[in-house]
Amino acid sequence: MYNAGKIITGLVIFVVIFTLPLWWQVGKAAPPAPKPELPKTAKVCVEDTAYMRTSHMQLLNDWRNAVVRDQDRVYVGKDGKKYSMSLTNDCMACHNDKKKFCDQCHNYLAVAPYCWDCHLTPEQVKESK
Amino acid sequence: MANPTPKPEQIAAVDHKPPAADWMDTKPEFKPGMFLYAVRKESLEGVGQPNPRDWNPTDADWKLPADWKGIVREGIKERLQRFRSFQIFMDICVRCGACADKCHFFIGSGDPKNMPVLRAELLRSIYRGEFKVAGKILGKLAGGRKLTEEVIKEWFYYYFQCTECRRCSVYCPYGIDTAEITIMAREILNLLGCQIDWVGTPVNNCFHTGNHLGLKPHTYKENVEYLLDDIEEYSGVRINPSFNRKGAELLFITPSGDVFADPGIFTFMGYLMLFDHIGLDYTWSTYASEGGNFGFFTSHEMMKRLNAKMYAEAKRLGVKWILGGECGHMWRVITQYMDTMNGPADFLEVPVSPITGTRFQNSASTKMVHISEFTADLIHNNKLKLDPSRNDHLRVTFHDSCNPARGMGMLEEPRYILNNVCNNFFEMPPQTIRENTFCCGGGAGLNAGENMEMRFRGGLPRMNAVQYVKDRHGVNMLACVCAVDRAVFPAHLEYWVPGVKNCGVTELVANALVMDGEIPRQYNLRGEEVNDLREEVDLPPIQWPEEEEGGEPSEEGGE
Amino acid sequence: MHVIFSLLAVIVLIAIAYAGVAGAGMTYLFGVVIPYAAVITFFLGLILKVLKWGRSAVPFNIPTTCGQQKSLPWIKPNSVDNPTSTGGVLARMFFEVLTMRSLFRNTKLDYRVAHGQPVIRQGSEKFLWLFAILFHYSFLVVLLWHLRFFMEPVPKLVGVIEALDGFFEFGLPQLLLSGVILVAMAGALLDRRLRMPNIRYISLTSDYFPLFLIMGIGITGILMRYLLRVDITAIKELTMSLAVMKPVIPQAPIDPLFYAHIFLVSVLFAYFPFSKLMHMPGVFMSPTRNLTTNSREVRHVNPWNYPVKTHTYDEYEEDFRDLMIEAGLPVEHNPAEEAAAAEGGGEAAEAEPEAPEEKKE
Repeated sequence: MYNAGKIITGLVIFVVIFTLPLWWQVGKAAPPAPKPELPKTAKVCVEDTAYMRTSHMQLLNDWRNAVVRDQDRVYVGKDGKKYSMSLTNDCMACHNDKKKFCDQCHNYLAVAPYCWDCHLTPEQVKESK
Repeated sequence: MANPTPKPEQIAAVDHKPPAADWMDTKPEFKPGMFLYAVRKESLEGVGQPNPRDWNPTDADWKLPADWKGIVREGIKERLQRFRSFQIFMDICVRCGACADKCHFFIGSGDPKNMPVLRAELLRSIYRGEFKVAGKILGKLAGGRKLTEEVIKEWFYYYFQCTECRRCSVYCPYGIDTAEITIMAREILNLLGCQIDWVGTPVNNCFHTGNHLGLKPHTYKENVEYLLDDIEEYSGVRINPSFNRKGAELLFITPSGDVFADPGIFTFMGYLMLFDHIGLDYTWSTYASEGGNFGFFTSHEMMKRLNAKMYAEAKRLGVKWILGGECGHMWRVITQYMDTMNGPADFLEVPVSPITGTRFQNSASTKMVHISEFTADLIHNNKLKLDPSRNDHLRVTFHDSCNPARGMGMLEEPRYILNNVCNNFFEMPPQTIRENTFCCGGGAGLNAGENMEMRFRGGLPRMNAVQYVKDRHGVNMLACVCAVDRAVFPAHLEYWVPGVKNCGVTELVANALVMDGEIPRQYNLRGEEVNDLREEVDLPPIQWPEEEEGGEPSEEGGE
Repeated sequence: MHVIFSLLAVIVLIAIAYAGVAGAGMTYLFGVVIPYAAVITFFLGLILKVLKWGRSAVPFNIPTTCGQQKSLPWIKPNSVDNPTSTGGVLARMFFEVLTMRSLFRNTKLDYRVAHGQPVIRQGSEKFLWLFAILFHYSFLVVLLWHLRFFMEPVPKLVGVIEALDGFFEFGLPQLLLSGVILVAMAGALLDRRLRMPNIRYISLTSDYFPLFLIMGIGITGILMRYLLRVDITAIKELTMSLAVMKPVIPQAPIDPLFYAHIFLVSVLFAYFPFSKLMHMPGVFMSPTRNLTTNSREVRHVNPWNYPVKTHTYDEYEEDFRDLMIEAGLPVEHNPAEEAAAAEGGGEAAEAEPEAPEEKKE
């Protein structure tokens, strides 16, 4: 082996950088999966759970466009029920605790949605009154 | 060879589109003018190289040794361990193709296997096919192929169609150097006795007589004496250099081609005059009478065997350090191999110019200084009496020789000299000079006579850049610091750019040198009348002093 | 053949993952076993290969000099392209690795024949460099923000990178440019290989396959994020369990597309050490770039230097002594003079001019 010092140093740096997630969290238990607290009042959402888990952001985006651009405030769920398209007043009527519901997964995945750039959480609504 | 060399316009009609057939399915055609002759038996025997025999590249049977496959496999394996360059260059090429159009042989021939990447793949495909599991099993799908006699013939054809100029290596994102791959391939071919005569015979000559041309000691001295006569005739100064003299301060070594052939001899005369002008205490050696090293084009071992003479002779003569003349691959060997192979030269001193006192720290270990470094330092310190107007009839451009450019980085020194010894200096386009310089087309042992078409093709990119400055600036002189260039360029210039001549930098220095006791310099070192040359470029004639006119030097100078 | 085979290979790989997960339900195999095996192969393979390279010697100092040497004090040396110091080499390597300096020099041959005269020019050609550098940096950014699936809490820096990457706040989830650029550049590099006749001629299966593979990875990733939208909470449960080495397949179902994605990534990792992708460590070890150019000033040592048969001066003089004496060249041994000296200045000296007795070692 020639230039062993340099080569091994290089390999160590490479391994350290590329295995960052491993040694950073070595020995730790897998962090608990997020447990968004489900509302006690309602049992069903506007769409089924699998769809809401993967695509709620798309739904909310469509809602916003419909309300703001077309003044269309009524959403017909897949069970035929009508819902008012409003994050604060409708969604958060059931999912009333942002920290215990929204933030659970968003923090887990480091997602920073810009919903609350404009919208208020129910708590903020109360405070402001 | 009875084959007529094609005309320039025939050669120039190059098609750079590859053929439809996959490169693994095509074979080289050994066409006269495009390949080199096989080494003669005696030359291999003379230096104890394997498999000496009489053969010809156009033969069906190359009379390879019985276990030639084993020899090749072992040869590759051994070199993979000895040379990290080889191992890495076999493993990491991504075939991005940046090198493809950088090779002068590809530009001039359009043969896709002259793209550096494919030249390397010729060997890499065998490496994969013979050494890698995937290549052994999947074959072509994994880029591997089997070792056959056809492969050896293909190697011979294409690895003796590479001048090891390293231009491709400049552009490679990983620095893959085709020269390195060609060197390995040639070493392996050499194990089978597949050498070319233009390399093998000079090597044998050099080993036994001290120089490639096989000039014996007395002949070498006689040749120098002819040049001394010429110098006296044209300048009026008689110089008496010494040979094999013990106790000289410096040993001077330059390629033997310059003592023998036009226009190298004029550079050689330049050395003699320059050293006389500054009163240098130096000596020539007939034993180490070769600066070049065709062993470099054979194998590392042969390079070392031939190079050993330089230090050995310096030690025997007891000089302080070595000064080296203008040569390309000689300086690659000196810069990157000599000290490692045959050093340490601890019996020599760190070079100090006896004229200027400048210490050449950059060669503190090799103890060998390049004549251009040495001369540039002399000029910078005003130690030379120069009259650059004596070169006014010349419109000069400079060819960076591959090895001093890409194996050393000597770019400014010769330019500094040229700018001080002549008044009309023009650069060729930037993509063709300095580290981007184009090879002369005849380096690495390819400057033979039987491969003229190949040489003209390889020389085309360089010649085309000369054409560019000829058209724009009326350039009529291509200066260089390489003896192979001087052997190659005259034919290339006559073929591609008639009207442009070739010279060494030191020839121009000597022409501009105002020597003590000189007669009016009506003639240049070539014996050409300066006023005739001035007339050709519409310069007014020089009025020579009355008393000298018609004096003895002029009439006898017809030779 | 090379192209079709490579493309088919990647399609088959995707099909295998779909069949394995959606058909046979082998989520543990594709979600845990194969990724672990691939990562181990990657690290072991790469390390062993680099160590193998390390066992090859660097016998000679062979840097390609791409600038003025350091010689006389009044000539400015190019300390990066012709580095005589370690600092210079570091600078050269820095530019080589991080800016692809050599590739930036690239030119394009412009070969024409006008009136029977060849006209050869080297035009500017920066596309290869541009494609390559965008490709590599976007790959790096993609890798970096994938850390959010492998770390909890997610480092702030990852968020910053992601925010910058999604600067245009286009689409929802907001478009991350790096992934798109990665796929586009892989496409551009592929296009180049296919359309430039000479580049196509030199291309092997092993050149197309990684391109298709990386495009496959990028496209499956983009589909997951923007079109099919998979359950990334469940995915992170899986990837985090892999990161802390306590693998579990989460209960919430994950779309087979995800398994196709990590299967392709696993193939890439496992393929890496045995392929041209080894240019990643290789670029650091190339002797034409990583050596100082001061071999005339400081002796480079060859570990396997061995003595060779040379032709010594004594042998040379032995061969040519008479000729040398006749030509008036000095010699070490002049038999005539020596004989004369031995005779004490006697006249017999001339009688025996040749002395074949002389044997040098």
